[in-house]
This record gives sequence, C-alpha cells and structure tokens, in this order.
Amino acid sequence: MAPVDFINVRKSFGAVPIIKGVNIEIADGEFVILVGPSGCGKSTLLRMLAGLENITAGEIHIGGRVVNKMPPKERDIAMVFQNYALYPHMTVAENMGFSLLMNGVSKLEIAAMVKPAAEILGLTNLLDRYPRQLSGGQRQRVAMGRAIVRNPQVFLFDEPLSNLDAKLRVQMRVEIKELHQRLKTTTVYVTHDQIEAMTMADKIVVMHDGIVEQIGAPLELYDRPVNLFVAGFIGSPAMNMIEGRLSLSDPSVFLTAAGTALPLARPVDAAKDMALIYGLRPEHVRLDASGIPATVVVTEPTGSETQVIVRLDEADLTLMFHERIDVHPGETLHLAIDTSAVHLFDKETGVRL
Amino acid sequence: MSSPSSPGPPSRSGALLLRFNNSRNALGFVFMLPAAIFLLGFLTYPLGLGVWLGFTDTRIGRAGDFIGLQNYIYLMDDEVFWLSVFNTVIYTLVASILKFALGLWLALILNEKLPFKSFFRAIVLLPWVVPTVLSALAFWWIYDAQFSILSWSLMKLGLIQQPINFLGDPFNARVSVIAANVWRGIPFVAISLLAGLQTIPVSLQEAASLDGATPWKRFRYVTLPMLTPIIAVVMTFSVLFTFTDFQLIYVLTKGGPVNATHLMATLSFQRGIPGGQLGEGAAIAVAMIPFLLASILFSFFGLQRRKWQQGGKD
Ligand SMILES: Nc1ncnc2c1ncn2[C@@H]1O[C@H](COP(=O)(O)OP(=O)(O)O)[C@@H](O)[C@H]1O
Ligand SMILES: [Mg+2]
Repeated sequence: MAPVDFINVRKSFGAVPIIKGVNIEIADGEFVILVGPSGCGKSTLLRMLAGLENITAGEIHIGGRVVNKMPPKERDIAMVFQNYALYPHMTVAENMGFSLLMNGVSKLEIAAMVKPAAEILGLTNLLDRYPRQLSGGQRQRVAMGRAIVRNPQVFLFDEPLSNLDAKLRVQMRVEIKELHQRLKTTTVYVTHDQIEAMTMADKIVVMHDGIVEQIGAPLELYDRPVNLFVAGFIGSPAMNMIEGRLSLSDPSVFLTAAGTALPLARPVDAAKDMALIYGLRPEHVRLDASGIPATVVVTEPTGSETQVIVRLDEADLTLMFHERIDVHPGETLHLAIDTSAVHLFDKETGVRL
Repeated sequence: MSSPSSPGPPSRSGALLLRFNNSRNALGFVFMLPAAIFLLGFLTYPLGLGVWLGFTDTRIGRAGDFIGLQNYIYLMDDEVFWLSVFNTVIYTLVASILKFALGLWLALILNEKLPFKSFFRAIVLLPWVVPTVLSALAFWWIYDAQFSILSWSLMKLGLIQQPINFLGDPFNARVSVIAANVWRGIPFVAISLLAGLQTIPVSLQEAASLDGATPWKRFRYVTLPMLTPIIAVVMTFSVLFTFTDFQLIYVLTKGGPVNATHLMATLSFQRGIPGGQLGEGAAIAVAMIPFLLASILFSFFGLQRRKWQQGGKD
C-alpha cells in the first residue's frame, strides 16, 4: 500500500499533447476513479503510472518515490486490463501465480498463496481450466485474482467491466468494492461510466481532453460541479441545462430565452447581460399547483420512479419523481423548483457562479 | 433419397432429372468430380508411377519389367546410397536448426519498433524471392576456388594466406551447401514466425512486464509457448523443403566432391536421368517417403494443437 501523486504530468505522442498538466493526490488505501469521455487520456495516464508509457514532463510518485524512470516490474503495481490479458497457455492457477514465479517464489509457496486468493474470488473449482474455457465474468475474476495474489502497492484497473453484460457489471462492481474494503490497497480505476464512478469511488477525478476538470467525493461532484462539463457528465439522467440570463429588475430571478421566469435561491451577483446556464437536476422539482406550467411529452415509469420529459418554452426537460404520478402526454404539469439545488453557470466560460 | 412430391405425373425424363436434382449425394458427386480428377491426375498418378517404376528395371528408352524388390535389395548394399541418406539427414538437421534459430532471431528483431521497418521486412524476403537457380549461381561464384569474394576478403584482411577450397574439400563442401541452404531458407521461417509474433497481443507482454518478468522471461514464458503452434507448422514445412532439396546442390556441387554432398534427391536424379536407370532412381526417391512421413507424423502428434488452444469445456 502506498500513496500516489501526479505532479504536473504531461504526455505527448509525437507533437500531439494528450495529457496537459495533471495534478492528482491519492492517499494511501484510497479508491480513486478516473472518469471522462472516451479519448480524454485516462488510459494513457494509468499506463504512465504503470510504467508502460514514458512521461513527457512532470513527476509521478508511488509511496513517496519518483518512478518516472523506473521500469514496470520494479513499481510493484498490479493492473487489470480491459481485455484481461490472461495468458492463454496457462491455467487459471498458473495465471494467478505467474508474478510470484517471476519473483522467485517457490512452487509450494505459490500454491499456498494462490489458494486463498482463489477462494476470495470463487475460483477454486476453476484453477485447472484454461482461459478459453471460462466465461467473461470468470475471466474478469481471474484477472483480478492475478492482481491480488501478489499483494502489490497499488491496483490499477482499466475499464475492467466494459466487456461484461449489464447484470454482471453491477455484480462485479459490488465485488470489486468489497475486495477493496477487505484489502485496503490503493486503487486507481479508470472508467468512462459515471455510474461506476459514483457507486465505487472514494474520490472521483473527472477528466476531459487531457486535463482534470474536478476532483472530489462522488456526492461533492454531484452537488457542486465546478463547471458545465462536470455538471453534464456526472448524474444520470443528466442535469437539465437552460439558457438565459438574469432578470433586469430582480437578480434572484432567471429568465429563459423565451422569457419564462425561473426562481433562484438568492440574488446573484453577475452582469445583467451575461449569458447564463440554469442547471437543474431532474429530481429537484415538485408538483405544485402554483408552479411553472410545462407540457408533458413522454412519461417513463420504471417502477421505483417515474421519469417525465416536459417541454418548457422550446427546451425539453427531464424530470424524475420518486412517487408514481399518473400523467399523459399533452397534459400540463405545474412545477415547483427546489431553488437551493439549482446550479448557475457562466455560459461563456462554463464556470460555476 | 427422397422422391419428389410434385402434383401430377411428370414426363419420364423430367422425373429422372428431378430425382437427380433432389439428390444431394449425386449433386455433390458431380461438383466434386473436377477436383477429384485433378487430384488423381496431377498428384496421385505421378506418385503412383514413381512407386511403380521403383519396382521395375526401366531404363530410358526401354520399357521395364516388374522385378519386385530387387532395386531396393541392390540399394541396401550400395555405399553411395547410404552416404546420400547420411548426407541428407545431416543436411536437413543442421540446416533446419540453423534456419530455426536465425529465423526466430530475425523475426524477434523485426517485431521490435524499428526505423524503416517495412524496408527491412522487404529486404529479408529477398533471398526467398530470387529464383533458387539464380541464387545458387551466385553462391557458385562466392564459393569459386579462385575468384571467391569470401576468400579474397579474408585474404585482404590477412586472416588466411590462400583461397579456401570451398567446394573441393568434402567437409568444406558440406558446410558451404548448408550455408547456402540456410541463407535461402531463413526468409520463409523469419517471415512466418514474424506473422505469428504479431498475433500475440501486446497487452500480454505488458501484463508480463508488470508481473515482474524480464525480457528473457517474457520470451521464455509468454512469447515462445504462444508461438509453438506456428513453429511446428513452419518447421515441418522447412524440414520437408530441406529434405527434398535438389536445385542448390545440383548447381553448386552436383553431389561432389566424392559424393560428399550427394542428397537422396540429387542421387535419385543422377541415377535416373543422366545414368539412365529410371527404376533405380525411382527407388531412391521412394526411399525418401518414410523419412518425410515420419517428420509429418512427428509434427502432427508431437506438436499438435495444445489443450489451451481448444475452445469449449474440458
Ligand atoms: N500510442 C499512441 N500513439 C498516439 N496516440 C495515442 C496513443 N495512445 C493513445 N493515443 C491518443 O491519446 C488519446 C487518449 O487515449 P486514451 O488514453 O486511450 O483515452 P481513454 O482511455 O480516456 O479513452 C486518444 O486521442 C488516443 O488517440
Ligand atoms: Mg481507455
């Protein structure tokens, strides 16, 4: 176990900058998730930490030591690859014991160390199988088994669940989380799936286009996104974004482009003609007879909650109600907005006000 | 065979045609006929004729009679024949091992990130692309007793005093023809193994290096085992090509000096065509078959698909 630090890390492939100055502090034993859209450089960052890509500028520390020039095998980290990268010519047991074999552990000790790891992951009956003979979920477990057997300083996961079906993904999410609670090994986990990030992480790093947009606990990012990108990326269904500006007469009222007035919790200190975005999460709305009228477009009952798409002015808003409400397309709903949960952004810079 | 269930009685010939059309076996037979004739005509017939000739005393210009195993009995006591068997085995063994080692080494180098990669890959193929007779002629010059460029260079460097007698001395001649064969055979091995290397996912190498494997251990525990199926196929072919080699030897030494480089193929030709003893030449060629079969069986049983390659459940 060890803390990990990225200090102003940069990476270019040829002349193309991919990672543009990243600073992340990861505490000992923390479960950190790097999340962001495909192509934003998450895997590249992880591979730099693993030593599979060299570092163009900046420093990466593992356990307080600079590892920029250290080859992968000396970093004492284990990685679970997206395609698992199991050795096809080795049995499950051999796959799991390979790193121990490479580090000169005796056959007897290897067997003794593989056994408990296999038990944790429910692989005991599969130890003699070859990867070809396993299902996707079992391969995923073997890949994790290979990582935990060596008890490394840091675990790295690169989109480990993206090849699994939805149900298995939920199950493995829980298993990985449990595993971390049990082993308490520092973990860096990459995903493009914000739900995975929200449900598993101690700390989320939102990346976009080679830079870090925001770092924080899952609910911190949800409640106080620092900019439009994070606001739109975190949360499902996504936050509603309504364009407009402040009312000239009352700085605690937001006017949409069509002139509909939306309430704010308090007067906002911003230029009157500044283009703004009014951010409203789907669940921060109640039905109230004196509220703002909007027309129902579609309803999507899921059982536990009801999702309703309404049209307000020209824009479609997604609303979510935890009770079952019985509305039909074409009907008018009257909405009361929970003003304390409204987010306001500068449209130009995307920054939260 | 199912009979057609068409309504109304069709005409006699129509019914026959329909019956035929509906029979998968008959149709399949018709479709396979061209291929079968082709195979019989061009593969089996010459082979059969060769085997038959081996049991006769046919000479050029005279149809022979069946003489049973007499050709073989004669060869049993023929020292030159046994020498050619010995030569062929040595030639195949040494050349194949060298081709494998050098070819694998070259493939590994070409699989690295190199500048001008495709240029080097093209260069490597050259010895294979050049017609054998042409490269054999080139080697003939390289090995020439007086004008050899090799001897000349070594003399200039002061390493030797007089030209090396490459093809005149039995031992030198053997080494020389093996070297030429290796030079010619390396591209096939190297390029095939390179193709094999490229099917190994990069992430496996990365996983192994994270698992603490040194480059040598990565080769030993990941690359080599994953390459064995392709090695088996490539080396089987390489052994077959080498064992039946003819052109190189015939151009370079014609089997000399004193039969030191006679292979079974060259001896078979020499006895059969210039020597006129078609039956005996055929018998020598037939004697190669057991060796070839043995090497095929060896690769089939010894190196057949590993358990890890087979899908499904155990
Ligand atoms: N070896 C490479 N050479 C050139 N460009 C690369 C290389 N690896 C990744 N990239 C580029 O870097 C960017 C980030 O890639 P990656 O880190 O894999 O993204 P992510 O994992 O976030 O989807 C992509 O635009 C990709 O095309
Ligand atoms: Mg990626």
